[in-house]
Amino acid sequence: MAFISSGYNPDKPMEGRVSDIGPRHFGEYLPPVIKENFGKWDYHEIIEPGILLHVALSGDKTYTVRAGTARLMSVTHIREICDIADKFSGGYVRFTTRNNLEFQVETEEAAKELKAFLNDQKFPGGAYKFPVGGTGAGVTNIVHTQGWVHCHTPATDASGTVKATMDVVFDDFTDMKLPAPVRISMACCLNMCGAVHCSDIAILGIHRKPPLIDHKFLDNLCEIPLAVAACPTGAVRPSKVELDGETYKTVAIKEERCMFCGNCYTMCPSLPLSDGEGDGIAIMVGGKISNRITKPAFSKVVVPFVPNEPPRWPTLTKTIKKILDTYAKDANKYERLGDWANRIGWERFFEKCDLPFSEHLIDDFRDPAYYTWRQTTQFKW
Amino acid sequence: MAKHKTPLLDQLESGPWPSFVSDIKQEADARAKNEQGLDYQIPVDCPDDLLGVLEMSYTDGETHWKHGGIVGVFGYGGGVIGRYCDQPQMFPGVAHFHTVRVAQPNGKWYNTELLRNLVKIWDLRGSGLTNMHGATGDIVFLGTTTPQLEEIFWELTHDLEIDLGGSGSNLRTPATCLGMSRCEYACYDSQELCYNLTQEYQDELHRPAFPYKFKFKFDGCPNGCVAAIARSDLSFIGTWKDEIKINQEVVAAYVGGEIAPNAGAHAGRDWGAFDIQKEVVDLCPSKCISYDGKLTIDNKECVRCMHCINTMPRALKIGDERGCSILCGAKAPILDGPQMGSLLVPFIEVNKDDDYQAIKDIVENIWDWWMEEGKNRERIGETMKRLGMAALIDAAGVPVDARQVQEPRHNPYIFWKAEDVEGGWERDINDFRKRHQR
Repeated sequence: MAFISSGYNPDKPMEGRVSDIGPRHFGEYLPPVIKENFGKWDYHEIIEPGILLHVALSGDKTYTVRAGTARLMSVTHIREICDIADKFSGGYVRFTTRNNLEFQVETEEAAKELKAFLNDQKFPGGAYKFPVGGTGAGVTNIVHTQGWVHCHTPATDASGTVKATMDVVFDDFTDMKLPAPVRISMACCLNMCGAVHCSDIAILGIHRKPPLIDHKFLDNLCEIPLAVAACPTGAVRPSKVELDGETYKTVAIKEERCMFCGNCYTMCPSLPLSDGEGDGIAIMVGGKISNRITKPAFSKVVVPFVPNEPPRWPTLTKTIKKILDTYAKDANKYERLGDWANRIGWERFFEKCDLPFSEHLIDDFRDPAYYTWRQTTQFKW
Repeated sequence: MAKHKTPLLDQLESGPWPSFVSDIKQEADARAKNEQGLDYQIPVDCPDDLLGVLEMSYTDGETHWKHGGIVGVFGYGGGVIGRYCDQPQMFPGVAHFHTVRVAQPNGKWYNTELLRNLVKIWDLRGSGLTNMHGATGDIVFLGTTTPQLEEIFWELTHDLEIDLGGSGSNLRTPATCLGMSRCEYACYDSQELCYNLTQEYQDELHRPAFPYKFKFKFDGCPNGCVAAIARSDLSFIGTWKDEIKINQEVVAAYVGGEIAPNAGAHAGRDWGAFDIQKEVVDLCPSKCISYDGKLTIDNKECVRCMHCINTMPRALKIGDERGCSILCGAKAPILDGPQMGSLLVPFIEVNKDDDYQAIKDIVENIWDWWMEEGKNRERIGETMKRLGMAALIDAAGVPVDARQVQEPRHNPYIFWKAEDVEGGWERDINDFRKRHQR
């Protein structure tokens, strides 16, 4: 490999340097019909799963074809997307907040043709490349984090759990038969880069063992006061140990205070807590972000732990499917998953979804815990 | 021919959902063939080695990526996340595998020219693998080596006029819904505001000066398509003050079954005929709608939840006196539990003509306060919880308003200030003793 210079001169790093220019202006990338009708849209309709119609006050129409993706995508895959956009949508394409693709076309026929084309594109293993769907009262793409593909703190994989889950709920991606939209989200540790804490169904990687302590290296790799300060429960304190006749400055951990958040590890690489048996997934449900009808709400933990079962996480996906199907059968039109659970009562939610309730589901973390306990005799048998 | 055996990952190639394993394999093959004759600047087989290390994690149930490491480009404190494999001998292609965050066009609209140019850089200088997009909104280039970082930055800024995104204790890349570009509900130009504030605060975005990360997110309406209320330290959520506009003829068309409710979102199942009483009137959270052949909304009582508008988008339109609400302090659970954004400013005009100065004043007031009062690694939501909503309101320089609370306080432990009390706090003990014996 010969090093190819871009023009950057390491001896004069400031020479010709361009910085702080920010993103390109979005206006450069709007398809003509979008640009012309910016801020002047009248209404929209979902023509069929994955196809949206937007009508402008001018009478202009644009059809959007929406397709799911794996989010982690190669340059080869992106070039395929470009080829499709060049062929069908004037060279424009959009990514949604939930990692779907969207192509704008001019007519309903073109939209249906594109939908058929996208649904025909398959990987050699049989998976769709661009399955069309993700609209209306269904499941749309799962937003997720990096997992074992690229992250240093995950308790599970992200791309794999998402693939396994979306395979199981695929019908609800391509159809709109649920009472309301269901947003599934995935975060591979409590840092929640994926912010799953307000999702209808959340897949959350968790650790269950206190950190290991790499005594011989800790003082060289970490600022001990920062590691101590990082612990939200005060479980970490400065300490010294004797190893092989040498004294090392290190930390000690009060294990019963550890809630396995991993914040100490974020501050100090000598405190790893990942563990093949200890790590796994918590399932949370009933969160939402929209202000529609009811207020935005946090997700609630309903399954404290399922083990990591790569590659297909059968316990996880079976549980999610059961919750989704029970909700679909039982909830009213427009009722989000959490609103349904609130209406029937959470004791009934566990019964209907056939989920055990354990002491792990009773909140014991600081003040917010109090607001989750029941202060009434209004309960159901 | 695959470099590593991946029997577990191979099982993720079947099933309908797009397979990231198939895609990485496809990239591994493409790089091995190298039909373009590229002089790849990082190991050609890094996609193979990524599959190898991932398979190892599937066997062990543990990650094989080492903790961070400080890498980046000159003069910036963020935008690149250092990453090293903890089994470099086995997987040399990904021994060094840093992530580069790249600023996305707001609303994530692209043309193929831009996408092709972006992937061209990443083909030559990176792994050929990306996230489109990361959870915060950036384009994420997944995996390169340290010597390539300045080169990538140079090509991005010089050839594509695009900057890096944020990481570390700074302003993270702001994100917005698609707003006015394709949505009739957008109450303000969320993309333009996002763009303007992103440009204004480039220094805060690239050079960490904050106690911890800070996120702006922009939702054009209360439907919240970018989840601003749940995951941004400052959320700008579009709203309106005046009346919902009603077209009674179109309401009748919904009632008569000529137009599917909710824009056809429930078409996958037979829910029976549209029942306006049950589906709109009864579900209104503030019970301000009635229907007797004509739809009436008592707008003064409306909380603008969007349900009636979402259900009959052709008949009902958002009001004309538009702006946004600003909420503060949302975050995921680390460290002190999850927090939803709390309403700081019920309504503010989104005024491009004065370069959004009213909004920038609030932003800067809040940052000044947080940089002064915030502890290391404390999100502003935690600072406001520790010091109180009233302190935040005071610092932001916005009026106190009943809309900022769900209900008044439960306890009378009010932190009165000396200036709140007649005569202040300065008192004379001898004067007191004249009236009260020891």
